[in-house]
Amino acid sequence: MTTPHKTTGTFVGMPAFPTAAREALGDTQLRRNLAHATRTIRDKRAKVVAEVEDWEDLRLAGAGVKEAALRDLATHLETLEASLIRAGATVHWARDAEEACAIVAAVTKAHGADEVVKVKSMATQEIGLNEALEAEGIAAWETDLAELIVQLGDDLPSHILVPAIHRNRAEIREIFRRRMGDVGRPAPDDLSDEPFVLAGAAREHLREKFLRATVAVSGANFAVADTGTLVVVESEGNGRMCLTLPEVLISVVGIEKVVATWADLDPLLRLLPRSSTGERMNPYTSTWSGVTPGDGPQEVHVVLLDNGRTRALADDVGRQALRCIRCSACLNVCPVYERVGGHAYGSVYPGPIGAILNPLLNGVSDEQTASLPYASSLCGACFEVCPVRIDIPSVLVDQRAAVVDSHRGDRVPKAEALAMRAAAWTFSDARRLGWAERASGLAGRVLGRFSRTTLPGGRPAAGRLPGPAAGWTGARDLPAPPEESFREWWDRTDGGHS
Amino acid sequence: MSARDEILGRVRAALADVSPAVSVPAAPRTPHRGDLVALFVERVEDYRAVVTRCSADDLAGVVARVLGGASSVVPPGLDVDVPGAVVDDGLTAAELDDIDAVVTRARVGIAETGTIVLDHTPDQGRRAISLVPDLHVCIVDAGQVVAHVPDAIAILDPARPLTWISGPSATSDIELDRVEGVHGPRTLHVVLVG
Repeated sequence: MTTPHKTTGTFVGMPAFPTAAREALGDTQLRRNLAHATRTIRDKRAKVVAEVEDWEDLRLAGAGVKEAALRDLATHLETLEASLIRAGATVHWARDAEEACAIVAAVTKAHGADEVVKVKSMATQEIGLNEALEAEGIAAWETDLAELIVQLGDDLPSHILVPAIHRNRAEIREIFRRRMGDVGRPAPDDLSDEPFVLAGAAREHLREKFLRATVAVSGANFAVADTGTLVVVESEGNGRMCLTLPEVLISVVGIEKVVATWADLDPLLRLLPRSSTGERMNPYTSTWSGVTPGDGPQEVHVVLLDNGRTRALADDVGRQALRCIRCSACLNVCPVYERVGGHAYGSVYPGPIGAILNPLLNGVSDEQTASLPYASSLCGACFEVCPVRIDIPSVLVDQRAAVVDSHRGDRVPKAEALAMRAAAWTFSDARRLGWAERASGLAGRVLGRFSRTTLPGGRPAAGRLPGPAAGWTGARDLPAPPEESFREWWDRTDGGHS
Repeated sequence: MSARDEILGRVRAALADVSPAVSVPAAPRTPHRGDLVALFVERVEDYRAVVTRCSADDLAGVVARVLGGASSVVPPGLDVDVPGAVVDDGLTAAELDDIDAVVTRARVGIAETGTIVLDHTPDQGRRAISLVPDLHVCIVDAGQVVAHVPDAIAILDPARPLTWISGPSATSDIELDRVEGVHGPRTLHVVLVG
């Protein structure tokens, strides 16, 4: 009998981005870990992408394959279902997280299992599967090294590809020494903080779990409609272990993972490794179509998951976010992510893609999700590296509009809405605009005399202002207004003639 | 309403005004220039896998030398004589865990990415045998090497389980520092014939 692992933390109740980001920025260890890791992976990616002469054409092909699949999604899902059934798999459909978790728990229990081994999967994190299984008395063992670090540390993932990117080797050594023994084979006494020694400890710790497990849970990177093939892209071999050794395999697959044909995998399998780990190809990719007699799991389940995806699909601008192949290149190049890390986004999907995916999947009715579209400087680096050309900056702007729209009916308007209304009132009348300009010119003269903050180029600026303006000026310098308005200048100089 | 019908209904509603027709640009194909097999060797070695080239006549001897007396398992359809090897007849995972090495053939090699693909036909065996032992000796014929990923995709049969292997098992999960050898075979030795 295995003791279910203590619940890993959840993102529920996380503060909105500005608050969480401020806290993260104060953690110098975190900033050092992140700066090192994101720089390393950015450089690796740039090097292998530069090797491919026609990278841009490859991006267009990858985007095209995914976009075409999304635009005819119902047809492809029905084809996928039929292909899977023909290949011997059992297909389940789950409207939401709760339904998906219940299906996985029911299949696991039907086999009398009290534990499952897991391949790293964003979909199962998104639905909180580990916590749901624990509540049913089933232990879910994460087998990806970074996921193991997060799980043993009762921590939260902070990156799509490398969930423990916020931890350095010394911290990981401590987590292994302290926690491995509680849930299985303990770490050796002489554990050092060398990455290959730590990886070796994970190998020993997890091997007994792989060898005895009867049920495995995975996600899928791609699902091929016409052949019923699922694809898992990985590095360590933990994926192969889970997909091969247990008797029962349950794969939780978001409905947006479908592509139409086997040949459609071509651009995607070329784009993903170079964008993600910065390798020409990842160490292992497994593909399987249902059940193969005498080889691998003899009972194969596929759970097709909606959980907000159809909500995103209905958004004409945001739909493209469903093309995402979870490479995490956008996280690694993002100046905001690099400084605050993944936890501040309050979701398993952090970074630029998370800033659009979370509001698209869940709506913007809660304050935390509504803060995410603003967690960006709109610099556009994310769009440049995205292998499937998701125009993240445009979707961010559109989601900001969605946030504003969602507050139009508020009984107590937000400060921003009041400011906009005041601006509209002022700009709609020449006389009122004149007063405002004189007031602003006065403020400009005062700031010019007393301001201690200057912008590059020497223009004086206001630092943090009190009251409702603090929200805006807390992270930005407000340039001092010019002392003379255009209209004042025109009057004074007769349109530049005197 | 069943979850299936509800989800498909939501999908159709979401796309009611969207035309399914979208032109998909073909993925680019760069013609390969130069020595394909040499590129394959270079790229496989770049993952810190070991490559030994030999003739068909020397194959059995080379495999024996690579194994160096390690206990080994072979798939039932392997056409190379490996003295002392256990022929897989459905060994359990625990039994495989006690064996040091596995010798298999492969279906295709991809030069550009240094990838070997197994399609688990009888000369490669079940997926488990090339996974659990710590040393994988993989025999690739020079004639099996293709230039690019799409060339391999065109050859491979998706109805079969496939394992794409690019070097030994590895992780970069600790400070993005790449380390070879986690759960899969920690050593990949490719014997290239011809």
